[in-house]
Amino acid sequence: MHLATYLGLLETGCSTLATSYRQVADGHRDEPDVATLCLRFAAECDQQKARMSPFVRTYGTHPDGEPERLHADGLAEARTGGLGLLRDLHDLYLLATNLDISWTMVGQAAKGDRNTDLDATVTRSAATTEAQLKWLTTRMKAAAPQALLVAD
Amino acid sequence: MTEIDRATPDPDRIEDIWGARTPYGAGEVWPGRVDTFLPDGTTAADVDRWVPSACLLCSNGCGLDIAVRDGAMVGVRGRAEDRVNHGRLGPKGLFGWQGQLRDRLTEPLIRRNGRLQPASWEEAMTLITDRSRQLLEEKGPLSHGFYTSGQLMLEEYYTLAVIGKAGLGTPHMDGNTRLCTATAAAALKETFGADGQPGSYTDLDSCDAVFHFGHNVAETQTVLWARMLDRLAGPNPPAHVTVDPRRTAVARASTVHLPVRPGTNLALVNGLLREVISRGWIDHDYLDAHTVGFDELARTVEAYTPQHVADLCDVTVRDLQAAAEIFGTHERVVSTVLQGFYQAHQATAASVAVNNLHLVRGMLGRPGAGILQMNGQPTAQNNRECGADGDLPGFRNWNNPQHVQQLADLWDVDDSVIPHWAEPTHAMQIFRYVEQGSIGFLWVAGTNPAVSMPDLARIRRILAQDSVFLVVTDAYRTETTEFADVVLPAALWGEKTGTYTNVDRTVHLSEQAVAPPGQARSDLDIWVEYARRMGFRNRSGQPLPTWDTAEGAFDGWRDCSRGRPCDYSAMTYDQLRGRGIQWPCNDEHPDGTERIYTDHQFHTFDDDCETYGHDLATGAAVTPVEHRAVRYDGRARLKAAAWTPPPENPDGSYPLHLNTGRTVYQFHTRTKTGRAPELAAAAPDAWVELAPEDAAEHHIADGDLVRVESVRGHVEVPARCTGTKPGSVFLPFHYGTLDPSPSNGADAKDDVAEDSADPSTSERPHAANELTMTAWDPVSKQPTFKSGAVRITRVDQSPTRTREED
Ligand code: SF4
Repeated sequence: MHLATYLGLLETGCSTLATSYRQVADGHRDEPDVATLCLRFAAECDQQKARMSPFVRTYGTHPDGEPERLHADGLAEARTGGLGLLRDLHDLYLLATNLDISWTMVGQAAKGDRNTDLDATVTRSAATTEAQLKWLTTRMKAAAPQALLVAD
Repeated sequence: MTEIDRATPDPDRIEDIWGARTPYGAGEVWPGRVDTFLPDGTTAADVDRWVPSACLLCSNGCGLDIAVRDGAMVGVRGRAEDRVNHGRLGPKGLFGWQGQLRDRLTEPLIRRNGRLQPASWEEAMTLITDRSRQLLEEKGPLSHGFYTSGQLMLEEYYTLAVIGKAGLGTPHMDGNTRLCTATAAAALKETFGADGQPGSYTDLDSCDAVFHFGHNVAETQTVLWARMLDRLAGPNPPAHVTVDPRRTAVARASTVHLPVRPGTNLALVNGLLREVISRGWIDHDYLDAHTVGFDELARTVEAYTPQHVADLCDVTVRDLQAAAEIFGTHERVVSTVLQGFYQAHQATAASVAVNNLHLVRGMLGRPGAGILQMNGQPTAQNNRECGADGDLPGFRNWNNPQHVQQLADLWDVDDSVIPHWAEPTHAMQIFRYVEQGSIGFLWVAGTNPAVSMPDLARIRRILAQDSVFLVVTDAYRTETTEFADVVLPAALWGEKTGTYTNVDRTVHLSEQAVAPPGQARSDLDIWVEYARRMGFRNRSGQPLPTWDTAEGAFDGWRDCSRGRPCDYSAMTYDQLRGRGIQWPCNDEHPDGTERIYTDHQFHTFDDDCETYGHDLATGAAVTPVEHRAVRYDGRARLKAAAWTPPPENPDGSYPLHLNTGRTVYQFHTRTKTGRAPELAAAAPDAWVELAPEDAAEHHIADGDLVRVESVRGHVEVPARCTGTKPGSVFLPFHYGTLDPSPSNGADAKDDVAEDSADPSTSERPHAANELTMTAWDPVSKQPTFKSGAVRITRVDQSPTRTREED
C-alpha cells in the first residue's frame, strides 16, 4: 500500500509551500497585495496539513521509504526587483502545482478505498490550492510584460 | 479676474446645509426649490447670459446655470427643471466655483536648475514629446503611464483612451477614480456582468426603505440628502438604516444605526443575508429565473449567525435583526453604498453582498427598488465608461477578442496595438512601476496624488525620483506640481465644453461659458496636441484621434458606445442642451432610460459581459472557459465570500482604528473649494474626531492639538470630541501641505500665482494620508484608506475651538 507515501508527500508539500509563501511575503513587502495574500495562503496550507493528520494516523506516512525525488524543494530565498518577483511567483506556482496534482492522486485513492471522509477533505483542500494557482496565474500574467520587457 | 470679498451667503448653505424642507409623499414629484448665488451685490439683471451646465463637485451632478457678466463667471443658479436637483444646490455647488477665480496657472512651467519657471507652450510640449519619443524608442510603450482624474469630461477621457490604447499602446492608465469609485464599478461588474447603475434617483420618490452602507449622504451628496429629508418630512416616510461607525446626520435620522466595527463590513452584510434567507424573506421564483449561485451563497453566509455577527461587528443582535427585518419586509428598498464600504477592507466582496441582498428579494428594476453604488463625482462615471481608467471603452472585455477587434475596427488600428493581455494596470501598481524605475514617463492630469494617495511619505519619494519624467496638468500649483518636470496650465469647468454622467446615468452638457485664464488650455486640446506632435496615425494614415474638438470626441464616443450597455448613440449635443438624459439612449430609447434591468436580463452573456469576474477573496480572474461552463446567459451572478480579518489591526502600540473621509465643505485636496471664501471659512483646517470616551482617557478636550500617529507618519490637528465609535478616530482627507485658503495672504493678493514663487506651506502636518497604508482591495484595487491602526497623544491644550459642523 503506497497511499501512505503520498500522504507524506502531501504533508511535506503543504509545509514546503507554506514556508515558501512566507518567504515571498517577507521578501516582497513592497508588493502589499503579494505579501498579504501569500500570508493568507500560507495559513491555508497550514490548515490543509492539519486536516490531513487524522488520515496520516490511519494510513501512516512512511517517511523513510519515500524516494527522495518525490519532494520538491522550497524557495531558497526571495529574489528582488520586478523580475525577481516574477521568478518567485513562478516557483510558488510550480510548488502549488505539485501539491495540486498530489491532491488529485490521493483523491483517486480515497475513492478507490471508499474513504469518503478522505475524499471530502482532499476535495476541499484541492479547491483551496486551485484558488491559489488561479491568483498566481492572474498576478504573473499582469506582471510578466513589465518584468520581461522594461524592468532593469 | 478680481478677488472676491467674502460675501454673506445667500442662501445660507453653510449653516443651513440642506435648506428648507419641501415635504412630499411616496409617488409624488419632488417639489422644486431654486437656489441662486450671486455675490458682490450682483443681481439677476446684471447677468449677461446664463449658460446651462451641471455641478461636478459630487456625484449628484446637479443641473445649474452659470451666470456670466463681461466675460466672467459671476454666479450660479440651480435649474428648476433638472431631474437631478429640481433647482437645489448645496454648499459646494453654490460657492465652489469662486475658487476658479484666483491663483490660477496661466502659462506652462518647466524645471530649470531645480526650479519651476515660466515657459512657452512650444518649449513645454517639445520637452514632453522629446522625452516621450526617446523612451518609446529605448523601452517601448510600457515605459509610459498616465494617472489622471475623475474630474475631467467624457470627451477628454475618451480622447486619452484612444491615444493611450491605439496610439501609444500602454496598459498603464488609471484615474483617481481608483481611489473613490473603482469598487462601485467592480461590484456592478461582478454581479451584473457590466458596470452601470441599476437604479434611478426617482426611486427615492417612491421607496419605503433606504439603506446606507458606509454612505454619509448628508455630507457627500447634500442635495440627494435634501431629497431624502423631504420624504422623511412628508407622509409615509421611508425607514432608513445606516451602517457607519460614525453617528452621522444620516445615522441620527435612521430607524436603525449599525455602528459597525471598522474592517467587518462583509461579516455584517453576510449576517443580513443569512437573516433574510433564514427568515424566508426571499423570492424563490426570482432566484430561479434570474440568478445563478444561490446555493453557494446560502452555504457561505450560513456561518454568520446573528450572535456571531454581533460579536465580530460590535453591534447588537437586536439592531442587526431589526435591520434585516426592514430589508426583508419592505416592498421598495433602495440601497446606497459609498466609501465606508469602498475604501474599507474586503471592499468589493462587501459591496457585492449588497447587490446579493437585492437579488435574493428581486428588489430592482422597478420603481422604488434600486441599488445606487455611488460615485465621487459626476465625471468619475465617464472615466469608467471611456477607458481612461485602463478598462476598454464602452464596458468592453479585455479578455474577449471580439471586443478588442471591435475597437481595432473602430479606430482602424491593428488589434495587437491595443493592450489586452491582462487587466489594466491600476494606480497603485503604476506608482510601484515608477518606484522601480520601469515607468520613466508619468503624466498626471487633474489630480493631486501628493495629498490624495495613501502613505504620502512614500508617494513623495516616488514623485521625486530622477528616474521619472513627470508631467503635471493642473489649474493651480499643488503639492504634486512641485515635483514636476513640466507643468501645463489647464482650463476648468465652465472654461471648456464637455459632457459628464452622474451616478444615476444622467448625462449633462456643460458648454464653455468663459475663456480660460491666460494661456490655459483644456485637457482635450493638450492631449490632441501631444498626439499630433507624436504623429500617432491609424492604418489609413489619418491622425489619431481623428477629432480635435469636444463635439468631435463626443461623436466618436457615440459610435464607440453603440450597442454597449452605456449606449449614447442617439444622444447629441443639441438634445443635451438644457437637460439631462439618462443612458442608454439609442434608437429604441431616444429619450434615454430611467431604469435599467427592468426585464431582469443582465449583461452576463459570454459575448456581452465586461468581465468574466473574479474570485472575490483573491482577485484571481475567472477564465472565459470557466465562465462559459456556468452558462450565466443573462442571469445575475450571486457571488459570496467569507469575512477575513483586516491586515493591520489595532494593538498595544497603536490601539485605535483609523477612519478617513470627506467634509461637506471641501472637495478633494481643496484646490478649488479651499479658494472659495465661504467654504474655506467653514472648514479651514483638518481635525480629528474622537469618541468622548477615548478623548477622556487621553485627557483631550475639544480644540486641543492632538498628534495622531501610525507606523507610517503623523499629523497634528485639533480634536473634536463627537459621536464616532469608541476605539476609532476620523480624519478628513482634504488637507495637504499647501494652504490655498483666501486668508493665506501670500497668494491672495494676486489673482494669478506668481509662477516663480513657491506656494506657502502650513506648519503642521495635517494630511490624513500621512497615516494611511499602501494596501488595496484584491478585486477593485481601490486603496483601503479606511483601515490601519493609530495612536493619539495630546500635544497642546489649545484655546482654539473648532467650529462644529452639524
Ligand atoms: S449636491 Fe453635489 S452636485 Fe449638487 S450642488 Fe452639491 S456638490 Fe454640487
